[in-house]
Amino acid sequence: MRGSNVVGEAAVRAGCRFYAGYPITPQNELPEYLSARLPEVGGTFIQAESEIASINMILGASAAGARVMTSSSSPGLALKQEGISYMAGQEVPGVIVNMMRGGPGLGNIAPSAADYFQSTRGGGNGDYRTPVLAPAGCQELANITFSAFDLADRYRTPVIILGDGLMGQVMEPVVFPDPIPPDALPKKEWILDGCVGRPPRAIFSMILNIDLMYRHNLHLQEKYDRIAAEETRWENLQTDDAETIIVAYGTAARIAESAIEELRAEGARAGLFRPITLWPFPTLPLRAFASKVRKIAVFELSMGQMLEDVILSVGERAEIHFYGVPGGIVPTPADIAQFLKSVSAGDGKVGRRIEA
Amino acid sequence: MSEQGAYKKIFGMPESLKDQATHYCPGCGHSIAHRLVAECLDELGLREKTIGVPPVGCAVLAYNYFNFDMIEAPHGRALAVATGIKRVRPDKFVLTYQGDGDLAAIGTAETIHAANRGELISTVFINNAIYGMTGGQMAPTTILGQDATTAPGGRDAKLHGRPIDISRMLAVCEGVVYIERCALSSLKQIRQSRKAILKSFQCQLDGLGFSLVELLSPCPTNWKLSPEEAWGWVNEVMVKTYPLGVIKDTTGYGEKR
Amino acid sequence: MGEKKAKGKIRINRERCKGCRLCMLVCPSRRIRADKSLNLKGYAPACFNENVSEGEKGCTGCAQCATVCPEVAIEVYRAK
Repeated sequence: MRGSNVVGEAAVRAGCRFYAGYPITPQNELPEYLSARLPEVGGTFIQAESEIASINMILGASAAGARVMTSSSSPGLALKQEGISYMAGQEVPGVIVNMMRGGPGLGNIAPSAADYFQSTRGGGNGDYRTPVLAPAGCQELANITFSAFDLADRYRTPVIILGDGLMGQVMEPVVFPDPIPPDALPKKEWILDGCVGRPPRAIFSMILNIDLMYRHNLHLQEKYDRIAAEETRWENLQTDDAETIIVAYGTAARIAESAIEELRAEGARAGLFRPITLWPFPTLPLRAFASKVRKIAVFELSMGQMLEDVILSVGERAEIHFYGVPGGIVPTPADIAQFLKSVSAGDGKVGRRIEA
Repeated sequence: MSEQGAYKKIFGMPESLKDQATHYCPGCGHSIAHRLVAECLDELGLREKTIGVPPVGCAVLAYNYFNFDMIEAPHGRALAVATGIKRVRPDKFVLTYQGDGDLAAIGTAETIHAANRGELISTVFINNAIYGMTGGQMAPTTILGQDATTAPGGRDAKLHGRPIDISRMLAVCEGVVYIERCALSSLKQIRQSRKAILKSFQCQLDGLGFSLVELLSPCPTNWKLSPEEAWGWVNEVMVKTYPLGVIKDTTGYGEKR
Repeated sequence: MGEKKAKGKIRINRERCKGCRLCMLVCPSRRIRADKSLNLKGYAPACFNENVSEGEKGCTGCAQCATVCPEVAIEVYRAK
């Protein structure tokens, strides 16, 4: 099944019953799929007038109790930042899918991964964090979509699923988890469904009293600390005996995986450290590797954004080398194998060394 | 009072309003509009089914005054938020309560499209021709010649553009079934405002389509007038740009409801 | 002359009133005036004159004052 459609089907099975979105390449297959699929399960699909309207529609629908999703691509995510900040401050859950493309600005429609900062460093205003899940293929897209809704509901937070144009278009076999029956979905005691037999509820993010705002922000931070403690995910591939570790996520990780196969076949000992949650970033596990290997290679489809989290995690414990390709150009596994060989040799021919 | 038993109360605090002092200025139209909305919800027995969306503006804290479920929306986005709520809970009563900046400046797209889709939502549009909360800047509905902090010397068509008549623009949309403009600046108009709000609520209950009541609202503080003078300004000056009356009515309801 | 019972009466919440004076504008019996003593917020609240003198019209319970009061500070009562 095509990546974009996988997200849609997984969302419906995970109990999503409201989607609002606006067409933008390269993720249009997702709203198109849901426009037919959601009515089949009694859900609502709205093609909204903009990405701004979309994020606000899901904000309302989520406050009314539904599991909700919106999707877009990079420039559209820029438009959603206001809504995401409000959802964070109001503690309203929702899943936001970004199939990244080249940027900045209108960019192009080729797969790029330059929204790492936008996704993990707020994007909107205020002290908040958004859990960001970075799948690396269609099966993981399906599983992560389920996880995203769970995370969102459990912690009452917006959650971003970060894919890219390539992943959205690629077709791979998928086994979906079973659909969650509606009465098995988590009960929500905070939603707006009319104040029958209870006092009225108000959901808001504006708190004029500075003491109360201070406490609200501490409460949010305490939540983010819990998410970091319990929900951080990453994958190690052939790292046990690795001399060089490459850090990559998403499509870049798939390419790196193939590069590592090539290198292993030649006797080189490379391994992949693949963050799955970009926020919370698996800082401590990566730091543990940095103490054991001499060289950490970072590969991104960008000019270096996750690189900064790697620097924060690794510091001077190991050499950090970087190879980044922006603009939607997708290197081949051979290119990455060359990068890793260059890192091993320390010749600086491919990529560059980062002074931490 | 010893003769209490000889009298019965015929006017008091509606149930859909909290018995709570408001932060609105003396003579502000918001307070009256809040009460009218509450009275209509009480009359129709809707309080426990209502979910409301306040604006960003002077009424941003409306959830402290209205006695039903409410959710804050980003500035201008109330009708998008309300759309999400109503589609997920079509059996609930969903209203937005918005000012001129919220509805007709930053929220223009969300307003037009929710109306155009014919969302079953009732909107109360408070038009005081100025930005109150932020201290008196020009609003999209500030009238020509009217003074504002960002239009010193008065609104000038060449420099600042003309005031917008969003209610008439919305009337073009087929999804809109009822729009009326009333005022909160005389006894007669306050009564008419209440009738209009009730009718708008009935439109939603009967599943007819989107409806909106625009209420010309006195703003003594930012107009720098007394409450009585502010009434006068609405009745004699503002209505020339924003004439009162029914702008669209395809409800099929008779005059008396 | 004995005090005749008025058809209506109102009770004004002194502390809720913000002194906008719109009620005074619309009262047909002119039974509301501004109190000289201020309330806690510093407004001169509206004050109801319940005592009907010779030749004066009493409160009819028309509720016009309450209809225009922005603060819902006025309760209106009518004789049974």
